[in-house]
Amino acid sequence: MNEKKAAQVKKLEAEFSELTQQIYTENDIVKKRKLIARRDKVRWKVTAIKNNRRISRETKRELIAYSFIAPNFIGFAVFTLIPIVFAFVLAFTNWDGNNAVTFVGLENFKSLPTDTFFLAALRNTIIYVLGTVPLTMVASLGLAILLNQKVKARGFFRTVAFFPYVASLVAITAVWSMMFHPSKGPVNYLLLTVLKVPQADLPKWFSGTLVLLTLILFSVWKYMGYYMVIYLAGLQGISPELYEAGGLDGANTWQKFRYITWPQLRSTTFFVVVMLTINCFKVYDIAVMLAGGGDGKLSTSATVLVYYIYQNAFNYWKLGYSSSIAMVLFVMVLIITLIQFRYQKKLEA
Amino acid sequence: MTNEMTGKKYKSKSKNALIGKIVVYLILFIIAAIMIVPFLWMLSASIKSNREVFLMDPFVWIPEVPKWNNYINIWTKIPLLKFVENTVFLTIVVTCLQLLTSSFAAYSFAKLEFKNKNLMFLAYIATIAMPWQVYMVPQFIMMRGMGLNDKLLAMICLQAFSAFGVFMMKQFYEGIPNDLCEAARIDGMNEYTIYAKIMLPLSKPALSTLTIFTFVSTWNDYLGPLIYLKTESKKTIQLGLRMFIGQYSSEYGLIMAGSVVSLIPVILVFLVLQKYFVEGVASSGLKG
Repeated sequence: MNEKKAAQVKKLEAEFSELTQQIYTENDIVKKRKLIARRDKVRWKVTAIKNNRRISRETKRELIAYSFIAPNFIGFAVFTLIPIVFAFVLAFTNWDGNNAVTFVGLENFKSLPTDTFFLAALRNTIIYVLGTVPLTMVASLGLAILLNQKVKARGFFRTVAFFPYVASLVAITAVWSMMFHPSKGPVNYLLLTVLKVPQADLPKWFSGTLVLLTLILFSVWKYMGYYMVIYLAGLQGISPELYEAGGLDGANTWQKFRYITWPQLRSTTFFVVVMLTINCFKVYDIAVMLAGGGDGKLSTSATVLVYYIYQNAFNYWKLGYSSSIAMVLFVMVLIITLIQFRYQKKLEA
Repeated sequence: MTNEMTGKKYKSKSKNALIGKIVVYLILFIIAAIMIVPFLWMLSASIKSNREVFLMDPFVWIPEVPKWNNYINIWTKIPLLKFVENTVFLTIVVTCLQLLTSSFAAYSFAKLEFKNKNLMFLAYIATIAMPWQVYMVPQFIMMRGMGLNDKLLAMICLQAFSAFGVFMMKQFYEGIPNDLCEAARIDGMNEYTIYAKIMLPLSKPALSTLTIFTFVSTWNDYLGPLIYLKTESKKTIQLGLRMFIGQYSSEYGLIMAGSVVSLIPVILVFLVLQKYFVEGVASSGLKG
């Protein structure tokens, strides 16, 4: 195919130069013009063939690039992008999943502020986020700094710290509910016998106001290992020369942390905080498994946004209302993400 | 005189260092204990009878007569084998699909030029921060419309094409010099061979990291299977175990035995791949 085209181009180019010769030698102005027009046609043909070839090579390159992307992108578009668009539409409707969809405008959003269960879910989720994010951040940073030093059995400590992160939630929440069992668990037993807490004052870890604290403690325990790894990666990116220079200037350990480590980790910290916040807003399983009891039902003291989204959708089949709660979740996460973008721009500037 | 003084100074400095070391190890041991005691307790409770689990005085880690039976009974009390089969199938298929399609797409985003590249990548980026919980309901309605309700295939579609995987692999590939691909192209390799022979072998840390993430999240997923899988024979191990806990909340020994069983696969995968993990996180731009 290519050879054929090359031969064609060669032939046309020969014709082109022959015509040029003729134009030079021709004296009759009318004939000359005709020759020039013919020559232009030939030139156009040559570029057409050449262009055509170039375009097809480009198309081929693009097709290869698309063929790499297609398997993932098609799945991604069908199962993620379309449902996201669908979710935005759904929030403005009233639908039970079977009968006709009716658009109700902002009706769903208007009833949110008077829904006490929604308000409790929103409040609990925010308290959970505000408690879990700083605690996990501090714990994982501290652990990462300790494990970035030359300590023996470093690998062992890292693995152990990461263990809760990979362990399945169902299994470890089962252990926690036994260990923190209000009347029989070993934690309260230790409080009773070692710390001499009176029997009546023993904390009921999974009910009342205390349940949010238990959820926060559990989350710190489960997730600090993961964020520790991210911090470790950040710490390894700090040049050792900075510490050497600091040492020469007589900086002590605290000063080294305050003036070298902390500023150098700024972008890592921001990433950790944003990821943590987003993940904390998604809390559902932890609450259901620790505070939900056998049937997995949450009371107002332990309910969270995702639980209410699930309830409205799959128990009451109020899909529109459920989606409007999902939008509240989305807007909060969006705000966090936007703050991150602005902050990172500021860092780069 | 001066020698003596510097000697003294050196001595006190090394003494301080020693105290510092001791404090560091003490903290590390306490944290390690907090991290690992629940797991030891789980192991211990899994071979105890229901009465022995909460027996505090005297507390023993290994009871005199270990109830190994818990590990046998759990398989007959609930269809645990079926649950394990379903979960293993799901996890392997999802992880393989995720690794293949993500690294494939990421190669194109990182090393090839094409129209709408930025637009398409933006679509991925925009959804990374979007919690799945926001669109899980419309997604379910859509899948139900496609006849995927109560099918394992629904779980595969749900988890195999994540934006996160593409993003992570792309960040890693961008760290590999373009000259390497260019040289391979001059040698007459086509893009598919470059991907398979050069990029894939170089991306072990990123692939290991993605494997750990995907494996762990698929194996441990609870809300997804809860929405989609209704028939008992299709349930995953998390769902099955949770169901068992709901029904027999006082069968402590059996619950713990089931929990131990559910932990083994993820821990194995993690131990095998963990040496690449920190490197993978560091080099794939996860730290921001």
